[in-house]
Amino acid sequence: MTPLLKYFRGYRAEAFSAPFFKILEAAFELMVPFVVAAIIDNGISTGDRGYILKMCGVMILLGAVGLVSTLAAQYFAAKGAVGFSCNLRQALYDHIHDLSFTEQDGIGSSSMITRLTSDINTVQSGLNMTLRLMMRSPIIVFGAMIMAFTIDFRSALVFAVTIPVLTVVVVGITLKCIPLYTRVQKKLEKVLLSTKENLSGARVIRAFCKEPQEIERFTERNDDLCREQKRVGRISAAMNPLTFVIINLAIIALIRQGAIQVDGGRLTQGLVIALYNYMSQILVELIKLANLIISIPKSLACAKRVADVLEIPSSMADGTATEGNNSAEYALEYNNVSLRYSGASADSLEDISLKLRPGETLGVIGPTGSGKTSLVMLAPRFYDATSGEVRVFGRDVREYSLEALRGMFGFVMQKNRLFRGSVRDNMRFGAENASDGEIEEALKLAQAWDFVSEKGGLDAEIEQGGANLSGGQAQRLCIARALVRRPKILVFDDSSSALDYATDARLRAAIGSLDYSPAVVTVSQRVSTVMHCDRIIVLEDGRCAGIGTHDELMERSEEYREIYQSQIKTGEGK
Amino acid sequence: MKNTLKRLASVLGKSGALMICSAALAAASVLLSLYVPILFGGAIDQITDGGVFFAPMAEFLVKAAVIAAATAVLQWVMGIINNRITFDTVRTVRAMAFEKIERLPLKYIDQSASGDLLSRVIADVDQFADGLLMGFSQFFTGIVTIFATLGFMLSISPRVALVAALLTPLSLFVARFVAKNTHSLFEKQSKIRGEQTALIDEMIGGAKVVSAYGYSGRSKDRFGAVNRELETTSRRAIFFSSLVNPTTRFVNSIVYTAVCLIGAMTAIAGGLTVGGLSAILTYATQFTKPFNEISGVVTELQNAVVCAQRIFELIDEPPEPSDSGLPALPEIKGNVSVENVSFCYSEDRPLIRNFNLKVSPGQRIAIVGPTGCGKTTLINLLMRFYNVQSGRITVEGQDISQVTRSSLRQGYGMVLQDTWLRTGTVRDNIVIGKPDATDEEVIEAAKATHAHSFIKRLPQGYDTPVGEDGGSLSAGQKQLLCITRVMLSAPPMLILDEATSNIDTKTELRVQRAFEKLMKGKTSFIVAHRLSTVMSADMILVMRDGNIVEQGTHDSLMEKGGFYAELYNSQFAHG
Repeated sequence: MTPLLKYFRGYRAEAFSAPFFKILEAAFELMVPFVVAAIIDNGISTGDRGYILKMCGVMILLGAVGLVSTLAAQYFAAKGAVGFSCNLRQALYDHIHDLSFTEQDGIGSSSMITRLTSDINTVQSGLNMTLRLMMRSPIIVFGAMIMAFTIDFRSALVFAVTIPVLTVVVVGITLKCIPLYTRVQKKLEKVLLSTKENLSGARVIRAFCKEPQEIERFTERNDDLCREQKRVGRISAAMNPLTFVIINLAIIALIRQGAIQVDGGRLTQGLVIALYNYMSQILVELIKLANLIISIPKSLACAKRVADVLEIPSSMADGTATEGNNSAEYALEYNNVSLRYSGASADSLEDISLKLRPGETLGVIGPTGSGKTSLVMLAPRFYDATSGEVRVFGRDVREYSLEALRGMFGFVMQKNRLFRGSVRDNMRFGAENASDGEIEEALKLAQAWDFVSEKGGLDAEIEQGGANLSGGQAQRLCIARALVRRPKILVFDDSSSALDYATDARLRAAIGSLDYSPAVVTVSQRVSTVMHCDRIIVLEDGRCAGIGTHDELMERSEEYREIYQSQIKTGEGK
Repeated sequence: MKNTLKRLASVLGKSGALMICSAALAAASVLLSLYVPILFGGAIDQITDGGVFFAPMAEFLVKAAVIAAATAVLQWVMGIINNRITFDTVRTVRAMAFEKIERLPLKYIDQSASGDLLSRVIADVDQFADGLLMGFSQFFTGIVTIFATLGFMLSISPRVALVAALLTPLSLFVARFVAKNTHSLFEKQSKIRGEQTALIDEMIGGAKVVSAYGYSGRSKDRFGAVNRELETTSRRAIFFSSLVNPTTRFVNSIVYTAVCLIGAMTAIAGGLTVGGLSAILTYATQFTKPFNEISGVVTELQNAVVCAQRIFELIDEPPEPSDSGLPALPEIKGNVSVENVSFCYSEDRPLIRNFNLKVSPGQRIAIVGPTGCGKTTLINLLMRFYNVQSGRITVEGQDISQVTRSSLRQGYGMVLQDTWLRTGTVRDNIVIGKPDATDEEVIEAAKATHAHSFIKRLPQGYDTPVGEDGGSLSAGQKQLLCITRVMLSAPPMLILDEATSNIDTKTELRVQRAFEKLMKGKTSFIVAHRLSTVMSADMILVMRDGNIVEQGTHDSLMEKGGFYAELYNSQFAHG
């Protein structure tokens, strides 16, 4: 947990000031029983009304000074806690962005979302309470004990016994609760997952009329969560009553001991009351502390979950090179590349070698699961090759800074995403400074200009995930988004699957005519999409089953011929 | 706000008996715990400067011990009951929200940011739970403490009690003043949090695109901006709400001092013993404490109410009208007709106009046309995900808006372009439409769609867990599973939305053969761009801009040489 402390950055003064002012306030509060004792012993016994009045004035003054200190403490606590959480949230958000795909896949997006939202919120309220009360309670408790010792040593021994017992109870219950809260959080995540799935799969669930079953499934998880919450609740509910009993037993011992001391003439009645008041003060404080402590394990468990993610290092070391060799012969080179995903039992790619010059086109074709996507994912270093090397413009991809490397690519993914905002915002996603003219040009190339201008042009709003677009429209916008960057290497990962053939053909023609002649890699299921490429690689089970031009492959590769014939045959009639 | 409270009350009403129990326990434990100081006061009075009376003092102390123990037991039971009330309520509210999500019109879900809906069901309910728990554990005890303390004080010294009773409400006024001003801050905080969650949902969900396009930096900046806004708002909300405590505490110290002053004066006059004064001072603190707590609780509750408001907004969203009174569709043979249907998503952009179509059992209808011409919209209407604005769609002569949705939807087998898999095993995902399918049936279906060969190569075969959103499966594999799902449930009508676009052609050929088998005798709607899939159709609908521009068989349309012929000829157009 200590590594999290650095997120107090910029709020250290607040983090220290808050408890400091709390201590101040506590100190003033501790003086009150002394004043009361003075009133009883000096005022009431002698009937000195003026003295009583004066002492009451002192009490009001103590209260006022206490108020000022508390206000300061509350302010600093709020500022410190909120500042810390915002730092932490930003750091976590940044860190997730910096993780490589391998780690992101491992954590899962709903888990990342809970950590960024509800976990950190819980940490924040826990921290705020801690800053406000955590220091105050021990100070009052130990302060009361010290005051007791100054009054009477033997009676104060009762305090010395009570406080450790209370500590054991309070700390013991807390420790018992921490792992239980972690479990609660896990159950909550399941509930979150259910909700999320039902939002994203609303159509399928309704098509299969699975609403009742989904509700049942949710109910099960929801009940599970509720059960865990109650279990923790049962244990933490014991805290208050236990402290209550202990304190009252202590007061009983205290009065008895005080009585003996008074009997021996070593103590006055007023001071016994002061001791009693101190003990009561401890009780009040502990009840507050107990209420606070209920939220501490919860906060700690949440903080740990946040820390867990922050501790995951990115498995990908960033390089330093910012530029490739523009006169390099090849834009893209794979030399004996193999890839095995972490946790997988078999290679997804095996010993692939290929070369692509700037301006050339490469087609990647092969059955589902043959490794087409894996192959292209290696080029911008979304994953690292397990063996062999991938070179871009004459350099090993690992030498580049990720930003520079990916900046050379226009990568249209199979599972693409658009974001909430205008078309213009989405087009500038990968090219911050693109002008409207450039955007328009890219949209035209991607065959998207017609529907975009129909929807209201560059200012047309896109809903989250492109929900207000059809599959084909979204694909064309994603393609335009890649083209706006004027990349040196364009990758289309099966990204025209939702386009009709006519649009697809126009798109290919447009890309062929680009004036900056990028190297183009096209992954597709359709022969017609890749057959005109300068080079085509046929993948089968992660291995290269043929590489060459369409004509060469028709001659040499049986796999290719099979694919071609199946498509052309069905394409030309029954 | 009033409405929200009413809703809250109706939800809480379910735990009525427990709440009464809790209140009774609160009363009992408070009364007992308040009796303890009187006993201690009595004990202290046995200690005089002239000497100590040990025997009566011991009697007082033993009594105190017994009562303290009893109080603790009552408190513990009360704590457990309160937990139950709170967590049960949370469970109920979550269940209500979830059930509502299952019944909302798709239009609502399509239009809402899913992150915002999630944050209502998860974060808001949590916040609301915390507020509620705090409310329960302190509200009752608070009220009872106030009255009981007042009673005890009156019994010791009416004059002192009066002082305490008159001064203390001051703290309530202070608290109310602060609370009033913090409500809007919490509301704002909730809103910004919702925005932030939506951003997180979007950027983390699309993390791969973000890093591929070098958007990380700007994504971080955008987050930073919302985060800073949240920081300012949260800081103010928390600070202002935390003012309640110290200000009321200051009022309390004034009360305490006043009680001390009047008490001491009364004691001098002989109207009060020192033990009595000690007891009354304890009461004075205990009397004011609940006022503080209640004001703290009020802030917390207020925050909870804001969250509750957001949840109830979701829960109160009108669901799709109930169809329980409607008849189910009779046995579906596959007669579908679309009569004069018009539809649009938003008023200003009409999409489908005066659409007519008549389909006989077993016919295969292919819908083709450029992207965005309204093909997916047709599915939304056929399945009644959306309702037509005018005209009607009938199945077996029955208007589909006059039968149950489930009987209509069960008649269709649907494979969408966006594959959707849920967390669970491969098998779980296949049997979704037929939960009682045997292993043999599952394997048979998977073999028919050629999914079997890849499934059996997965680490645990059909029991391989599928992660969130399909996890590590490839797009084609996911699609195959979705097809297998429909194959297994074998419905009388089919809707296929570009379903085969992610499968390699070799596999697709086989799948198509399987579909041929499946489609035999079944009415099928196929939204596809593959003319090869389309050519065997009984009727082709060529759509453009929401309208059917041509209608006929492949041969007749080719002969006509219109838009369809243009589409067809461009299939192998060279780039």
